Amino acid sequence: METVDDVRAALAQHDYLADEGLATAIFLAIRLQRPLLLEGEAGVGKTEVAKVLARWTGGELVRLQCYEGIDAAQAVYEWDYARQLLHLRAVEAGGGEVVEDELYSERFLVKRPLMRAIAYEADSLGAVAPPVLLVDEVDRADDEFEAFLLEILSDYTVTVPELGTFHAEVPPLVVVTSNRTRDVHDALKRRCLYHWIAHPDFERELAILRVRAPEVPDQLAREVAAAVASMRELELYKPPGVAETIDWANALAALGRTTIDEHAVEVTLGTILKYREDQERTRASGIEELVRTAAERSA
Amino acid sequence: MPEAATPGVEHSPVAAPTEPDRLAVGFARVLRGAGLDVPVGTTVLFAEALGAVGVSTRDSVYWAGRTTLLSRPEDIELYDRCFAAWWERVFQLGSAPVEEREVILAFDADGDDDAPEDDSSEPRDAPTLAVRFSRAEVLRQRDFAHYSPDEFAESRRLMDDLRMSGATRRSRRMRASRHDRGRPDLRRTVRRALRTAGEPISRAYVEPSERPRRLVLLCDVSGSMEAYARGLVRFLHAAVVGRGRVEAFAVGTRLTRITRELSSRDPDAAIAAAARRVTDWSGGTRLGEGLRQFNDEWGIRGMARGAVVVILSDGWDRGDPELLGEQMERLHRVAHQVVWVNPLKSSPNFAPLARGMAAALPHVDEFVEGHNLASLEQLARIVSGEKVTR
Repeated sequence: METVDDVRAALAQHDYLADEGLATAIFLAIRLQRPLLLEGEAGVGKTEVAKVLARWTGGELVRLQCYEGIDAAQAVYEWDYARQLLHLRAVEAGGGEVVEDELYSERFLVKRPLMRAIAYEADSLGAVAPPVLLVDEVDRADDEFEAFLLEILSDYTVTVPELGTFHAEVPPLVVVTSNRTRDVHDALKRRCLYHWIAHPDFERELAILRVRAPEVPDQLAREVAAAVASMRELELYKPPGVAETIDWANALAALGRTTIDEHAVEVTLGTILKYREDQERTRASGIEELVRTAAERSA
Repeated sequence: MPEAATPGVEHSPVAAPTEPDRLAVGFARVLRGAGLDVPVGTTVLFAEALGAVGVSTRDSVYWAGRTTLLSRPEDIELYDRCFAAWWERVFQLGSAPVEEREVILAFDADGDDDAPEDDSSEPRDAPTLAVRFSRAEVLRQRDFAHYSPDEFAESRRLMDDLRMSGATRRSRRMRASRHDRGRPDLRRTVRRALRTAGEPISRAYVEPSERPRRLVLLCDVSGSMEAYARGLVRFLHAAVVGRGRVEAFAVGTRLTRITRELSSRDPDAAIAAAARRVTDWSGGTRLGEGLRQFNDEWGIRGMARGAVVVILSDGWDRGDPELLGEQMERLHRVAHQVVWVNPLKSSPNFAPLARGMAAALPHVDEFVEGHNLASLEQLARIVSGEKVTR
């Protein structure tokens, strides 16, 4: 992998069409060994980036879904207390002496995502592809956890007091996503490369549809992409994301449509707009108009 | 690779700055001049990125910069403008203007002093309004609109003692229970069992802890609120600095997030920074538009979910009252509590006749006055979930 275009081509081979900005960000994340922080509207494919990176590099995808109250026990490691207790009882029943060190050995250690991404091992063939670590929706975790994450992402080591320090020979590829329900702390942002994923333009969305929904007829795909582009200009509460576009195209194709018309849009509106207010706004602005513009734009 | 977190690394002299270095430093300078925060570590990262993608095309430089220098979508527009101007200049001159590196380094050597752990500090244990001598008492009751500059200065100290914190709710974070209830805590149980030869005689438990709800303050800074704006913004500052999980916005003809500006400890510096950020100070009001923007960009996504939202406004709205009502309804659906603070409410013949106010009221949980310190104390109590008798 030498240039940004190589990254683009490789991602395209794995069905992900990145624009130059995203491809540059990914290229730099790999080359500079920095975590990549992705923000953007819901449904623009933030999480998908990590999945496609894993497919491409062959590294294991290690996903850490953040939520409020997540702590080290769920994110890094935990001791297997039930087994420890059993072991204690077993040793005692055998009349043996319980040694503390024995309880805190690696076989009682439960590795959670962050640790799995650091202390990974070569696969059965002896090849080592560093895992792809996806820290999803980091804004859902609380700031205490963020500080903790920063520490691990800074030097890619995890220390277990009873056992010692685990260090990643080759750091994992790290993708952090955020929905901006709160600001991610500056220190974490400074550690990461940053990319804002915007909604795709008509051409790109059409290309994505062709790749991700190949069974949708070409003309229908064009009209769907055009109609979605118009909808995004309507000041909706939740403008449709790429995921919704794909769903909508698939829904229309499943109904046997090859083009869109007023009735088809009306009955499938729920697959693309998930707010009642948004549906009303779209109806108020005229579905007929929407269909006509879509036909013109896609011509 | 130099660590972004250690500004000291950059002191190692670079014998002859290569082209990407010069470009990076020059552009970082331009961005700083435009008001963007560009720490030294970030500039170094940008230079490395340029080294990796090359500087041959405009696009590669543009994206290398956007990926490394920006961290918020709001800054993209400014970045684009700066980039266009700068690129033009570099292109015309044929090379980047030579920069003196030491000057840059002096800029923010303390770029890292706000590491997250500093943030978790507990609220300062200042006594809450411990001092109540008579002058303060008079001041507490006095209408902000009638303050003399001296009284205003005096009131600041009293504001510092106001502690705003949202009502608490159950957190998903567990803490050790002092009583034998809740879920078993195996970690501590195993530890204790070691003391008793592996027999878990003494058992430990965990229970959910409590944490304050997020507090979101939306302050109307339009012309009609001018008399109150300085008092209320000072109040916003006290709230933001007082503890974490507080967000502050200014609403005029548009919405401006001022949490970052207000988070400086020095009130004068903070308020000056906020005033620079808010470009529509004392202009018109489009509350509905502002709220809509808040709901779309911040609130519904999560900032307002389960939060206590306080709107400080007189309700005079030049926009469409229907829009305001609709947006208030949306906000009310996700927020834990919506409090409307109206400084005019204290006047004896006040009736919520402003069209905006009338449209908003059905979606408000608490409607309080906010014309003086005493009423803001009352607000602080309501927000913290205390039952207030009125």
